[in-house]
Amino acid sequence: MLSIPSRSQPQLPGDLAVWVLILAELLVFGVFFLAYVAAFHGHVALFRAGQATLSIPAATFNTLALITASALVVQAIVALQAGHTRKAGWWFAGAAVLGLLFLLNKWLELHHHMQAGISLSTSLFYMFYLGLVFFHFMHVLAGVLILAWMSRRCFQPRPPGMNAAWSAGAYWHMVDLVWVVLFPLVYLL
Amino acid sequence: MKYASQAVSKLYFMAAIGLFVGQILFGLILGLQYVIGDFLFPAIPFNVARMVHTNLLIVWLLFGFMGAAYYLVPEEAERELYSPKLAVALFWIFLVAGALTILGYLLVPYAGLAKMTGNDLLPTMGREFLEQPTITKIGIVVVALGFLYNVGMTILTGRKTVITMVLLTGLTGLAVLFLFSFYNPVNLVLDKYYWWWVVHLWVEGVWELILGSILAFVLIKVTGVDREVIEKWLYVIIAMTLITGIIGTGHHYFWIGTPGYWQWLGSVFSALEPIPFFMMTVFAFNMVNKRRLNHPNKAAVLWAEGTAVMAFLGAGVWGFMHTLAPVNYYTHGTQITAAHGHMAFYGAYVMIVLTIISYAWPIMRGEKAANKRAQVVEMWSFWLMTVSMVFITLFLTGAGVLQTWLQRYTDTPLPFMEVQAKIAPFYWMREVAGLVFMIGLVLYVYSFFAKGESAGDATPV
Repeated sequence: MLSIPSRSQPQLPGDLAVWVLILAELLVFGVFFLAYVAAFHGHVALFRAGQATLSIPAATFNTLALITASALVVQAIVALQAGHTRKAGWWFAGAAVLGLLFLLNKWLELHHHMQAGISLSTSLFYMFYLGLVFFHFMHVLAGVLILAWMSRRCFQPRPPGMNAAWSAGAYWHMVDLVWVVLFPLVYLL
Repeated sequence: MKYASQAVSKLYFMAAIGLFVGQILFGLILGLQYVIGDFLFPAIPFNVARMVHTNLLIVWLLFGFMGAAYYLVPEEAERELYSPKLAVALFWIFLVAGALTILGYLLVPYAGLAKMTGNDLLPTMGREFLEQPTITKIGIVVVALGFLYNVGMTILTGRKTVITMVLLTGLTGLAVLFLFSFYNPVNLVLDKYYWWWVVHLWVEGVWELILGSILAFVLIKVTGVDREVIEKWLYVIIAMTLITGIIGTGHHYFWIGTPGYWQWLGSVFSALEPIPFFMMTVFAFNMVNKRRLNHPNKAAVLWAEGTAVMAFLGAGVWGFMHTLAPVNYYTHGTQITAAHGHMAFYGAYVMIVLTIISYAWPIMRGEKAANKRAQVVEMWSFWLMTVSMVFITLFLTGAGVLQTWLQRYTDTPLPFMEVQAKIAPFYWMREVAGLVFMIGLVLYVYSFFAKGESAGDATPV
């Protein structure tokens, strides 16, 4: 079972610096989301029309991919804590592959819009859509690289410590969390 | 000093301080010209004084960065500098080219200078901050390449640390982005668009990496905190710098003919640019609080903490003030910009160069720290310069708010020059604060010569 530092001895899972980074990243996305909401209220019809051109099935698939990847990261950390480093390596690799699937799917979606001649200048909606999605895309890419690196380290003679694993996991969950807000906000609401 | 070749940075630091004095002298002339328009006319017209003031700043900061790199890279890489001779040769080339350029500004009318230096062949002159003749720009590139080669070879053949890798990334970015100064399209919008790739991506991008790495180096030395801890903070800070700063370039793309989406992207991302500066403040104070040793160089610790605070205020807070598009619509190009420019440059870049000089200079003279009296004088100069810069910034902010109010945010806007007359009292007060700054700078220079009792050695906490 996952052992979380006890309440009597509060201790941060992972590195303080990584948590500071995560909070700052959430702040960046948060401000971006607020700006989206503000713009949405000013141009409801325009945003509705734009949303109608997005693929909800593709985005749903992506949501599942990210959430499943998060579950695999948890498994990896459980395995690592139990000392099963090779097993942890496979869980991390699985999570990275799901992240790659997200990237591929998202890239196809963006490619489809580009083919249709859509750019940042097309409308305020597409500026937000492309801006938010691309910015998140780059974070998933970073997350996949981190997971792949963790996986690789698990197969090496000196496996990663729990601090690195917690930190990598926390970063990945942040990427996941942002998407879980982005998906309903931009695609559904 | 661990490696003999670190001593080349002495030359660079001396030139930096000399040019700093020149910059402030021209700042005082310029400040007076705001209220006495024909002061020193026609010998030194306003546009020339301004060009000299800003160009000297950039050149002396570059000297400072290069000096810092020559000092800290051998120590981090644990080997002598790849070629101390090249470092000395490049120093003289850069100094002579810089001096000739400044003399050109002062002695020849600008259009004549353009003609003399063959600007027709590859026109790059006539743009704010990039006024240097094309031949000087080529010289800068040559010096930068030689410098990068020298520092790069030292780093790559020695011990690689996070600090040197971040520094090398910053310095390479500095050199690469400068190449956009050679791109001078006829279309003014395009021209401005890429002009910011030099100006913004320098000061709100790669220069911050240089700042971060120098600060991290000094903090390791004066606090004795574990390298791993400091390096982790450095990573986080530069990540946030790049995340917010690169797209943050958009805050310069308001109202200049670029697509409207920049108003959103520029506002959102640049509004977050204070974050890495805030982290830097938390980082610096945290490290000093967790220090394992009491370093005898109290002045260097003061400069390091001062850098973090003033960079956050000047670059972070004063930048945020006018970075949102709806605010900038009224404040664009007013004295509020000047207020931000002054405190940001001083807080971030002037102070980090003075920090490394403060730390490295005594060591290059064979002491752990400057003597007690010299440090007291230096700390006085710190407070005089820093407090007067706060006042310069406040007075310019006052001038800018009034200017925005009377000239822009009103149904009955007054003409530019009428407004200038009304804000003259602020300019006078700024000039007085500038004089105090100069006194601080003179004390600073004097601190290098002050004699007194030894400051002793580091003691464990």
